[in-house]
Amino acid sequence: MNLDRLRPAILPVAAVVVALTIGAVIVAVDGSSPLGAATAIWVAAFSGPDAIGATLEKATPLVFAGLAVIVGVKAGLFNIGAQGQLLVGAITSAYAGYRFAGLSPLVHLPLCLLIGVVFGALPAWLAGVLRAKRGVHEVIVTIMLNTIIFNLTDWLAGGPWMEPGQVISRTPPIVGSARMGRVAGLPTGFVLAMLVTVAVWFMLEHTTFGFRLATVGANRHAAHYAGISVGAVTVAAMTLSGALAGLGGAVESLGVVGRFEPGFNAGLGFDGITIALLARVSPRAVVPAALFIGALRASSSELQAGAHVAPAIVDVVLGVALLLVAAPLLLRWLLRMPPSLSTAEVQFTRGWGS
Amino acid sequence: MSDSEEQPGADVVLEVRGLTKRFGPVVADSEVTLQLRRGEVLALLGENGAGKSTLVKMLVGLLRPDAGEIRIGGDVVRLRSPRDAIGRGIAVVHQHFQLVPVMTVAENVVLGAEPTRRGLFDHRKAAAEVRALSQRFGLAVEPDAVVQDLPIGMQQRVEIIKALYRGAEILILDEPTAVLTPVETDELLRIVAELAERGVGIIFITHKLREVMNGTDRVVVLRDGRVVGDVATADTDEAGLAALMVGRPVVLHVDKEPATPGATVLEIRGLEVDDDRGRLAVRGLDLDVRAGEILGIAGVQDNGQRELVEAICAMRPRRAGTVVLAGREVEGLDVRALHDLGVAHIPEDRDKHGLVGGYFVAENLVLNRFDQAPFSRWGRRDFAAIQRWARQLIADFDVRTPSVYARTDALSGGNKQKVVVARELSRESVLLVAAQPTRGVDVGSIEFIHQQLVAARDRGVAVLLVSAELEELFALSDRIAVIREGRVAAVLDAKSATRETVGLIMAGAAGH
Repeated sequence: MNLDRLRPAILPVAAVVVALTIGAVIVAVDGSSPLGAATAIWVAAFSGPDAIGATLEKATPLVFAGLAVIVGVKAGLFNIGAQGQLLVGAITSAYAGYRFAGLSPLVHLPLCLLIGVVFGALPAWLAGVLRAKRGVHEVIVTIMLNTIIFNLTDWLAGGPWMEPGQVISRTPPIVGSARMGRVAGLPTGFVLAMLVTVAVWFMLEHTTFGFRLATVGANRHAAHYAGISVGAVTVAAMTLSGALAGLGGAVESLGVVGRFEPGFNAGLGFDGITIALLARVSPRAVVPAALFIGALRASSSELQAGAHVAPAIVDVVLGVALLLVAAPLLLRWLLRMPPSLSTAEVQFTRGWGS
Repeated sequence: MSDSEEQPGADVVLEVRGLTKRFGPVVADSEVTLQLRRGEVLALLGENGAGKSTLVKMLVGLLRPDAGEIRIGGDVVRLRSPRDAIGRGIAVVHQHFQLVPVMTVAENVVLGAEPTRRGLFDHRKAAAEVRALSQRFGLAVEPDAVVQDLPIGMQQRVEIIKALYRGAEILILDEPTAVLTPVETDELLRIVAELAERGVGIIFITHKLREVMNGTDRVVVLRDGRVVGDVATADTDEAGLAALMVGRPVVLHVDKEPATPGATVLEIRGLEVDDDRGRLAVRGLDLDVRAGEILGIAGVQDNGQRELVEAICAMRPRRAGTVVLAGREVEGLDVRALHDLGVAHIPEDRDKHGLVGGYFVAENLVLNRFDQAPFSRWGRRDFAAIQRWARQLIADFDVRTPSVYARTDALSGGNKQKVVVARELSRESVLLVAAQPTRGVDVGSIEFIHQQLVAARDRGVAVLLVSAELEELFALSDRIAVIREGRVAAVLDAKSATRETVGLIMAGAAGH
């Protein structure tokens, strides 16, 4: 076993440990028992097949969202619109899931997933084109698209695509032929997430396309010199990023929620940014990072009911972990780690117009 | 100056004794000892990675030595920051200027120590102080000029005045001529001599031997972190210094047979190209380069050289004109298509265009061939083939790297350049465009790169060489084209042309 390969994990793992410790202190100061909170997390997230299934379900869209952000970052693009793209994937696949009833599951489910992928990719493609052709910064475009998409999906779910005869804004339930169940006790969506993770890893590490993408991200002047089309790679990377986010949304609708309901998917795309950072922009580390966050998210009601801890503690822990990973110097100082263990800290985004 | 008074210890303003700095297992500087006298220009000479930068960082308080001492005016000092250093009268002018481009000269000079009047910034006093300094030290600058409008040589002068304003008595110039034109370089050497005459001690870091010979009193040569020579400039010569630097005799003169030019490979007619700001930089340029010759392009910086090179290599669109490569108009072809037709390109800025710093050496060695066999098949990269190829090139081109999996930005400038040269010269090509192929490269590597360029010529490659160094152009070229304001002002036979003629045409003085 080559220990050097585990080196990049030291920083994120240390960040998580410190963040959990700080979380425990806050719980104690608040007058509750840190041990009780830990027990609640254990019970809710890991104690049996149901709990583990819940954790995996929570982790699934996070894996997709994390991969989406990573693909962008590798190409030097900060896709802050993963949230919006995920929503588009979620609502379009849900629509296809209740509207196209009567198809065989072999056709219906793949079709719904494909629709989620395509429509999720669409807004990201637009951001990529604007970036490549007009030099408009993708952060601005995706933030604005997020707002448009939030309102558009709200309107669709409460208007034209709303379940008839109901007062809640949500679509009708997705029919059985488009639902993702479980195989051997594992949620199908999670299995798909693992397969896609391997595919993204292979693409980035082993293919010429991945090399083009990484070269544009690392030095676009050198990419231009080497005959790589910076514009085409920018568009392709953004589109792929959106496709992954859209797939995450589709899996969430088809496998977990069973319909589209505004609010159910809130924050998943933004958690993707947290995961990309915790995973230090490495696809291999996305699944563990997503499981960690998934477990915390799965246990929020148990924390409240079982341990009388405000579920907001989960966000505090995630926020601290994120801060520590993003500001490695702070963590090194806290833990008295020697300076710069690895050659490069994660460079997450670049300056304006550079 | 110092050579006249030979009392040891007299007027020593800076003394370094046994200074040592380690980075883990690497010894950057080992027991470095040197002295700088008042009014002396001391050249600090050494290849990239010889320990010059580390020494400078210790002298200005950015690094703390592991052993040894620094004495200023006889007192042992501990420098913890550049602020400490300037407090003791040591200042450094870096290669990359630290100026605020939108501010005036006077504002830049006083920045951080501004004169005030009733709590407000005193413009008039700042300008007056700058004027006084520029008169006292013979450095002509206009205090009210905005820095971004000034040429590079003038900006450097502002940096020097900035140091003097802060009371510097010991001035360290870190490769000051790397960014200058030949005319600006001569001007700088004159300024340095003037400062020394007025009592400033100067450490002049460079690896250009001609500047050492022309502008300094004494030379300290560093190699592998040790002082291997400390001699009066008058007692040595370029060959002797080069041998000290590299550790073996170096051929400064390039041995080459007369060229046997063949058919015209590159034919440019009426070429017009815009610069980054959309202004016409190449304005109706005609040029021919033949197989088996080296055509050198001489010219003052920013006369269209960069735009010409990038247009030939399809990195920049042209506005008008024709470019014919081996009988074929290349309009509409992209970078990769030209590459496949046999155009090799050593870009002028290796860190910006030539390399991806964060990549392994092996990846940079296939940077523009990563998607071709044998380095990839069916879109899947073959790391074993890349590694074999990289090992081969590292051996053939003598790239000094710990492994093919070292990060490229960890290499010295000379070795980075060898990576680029190895990649571009390791395949069949018909045209080699070499822009500033030895900029910021140590003497040993310059010799090697020059030999490689001549070898390419002798294989029948048409070589277009763009260089800011007249010595390099004269050493390598068979013909020299002088470029001025985006046009070729004259094409001269390199054997009969002189530095003076070329210099005059560059400056636009001769009636060409």
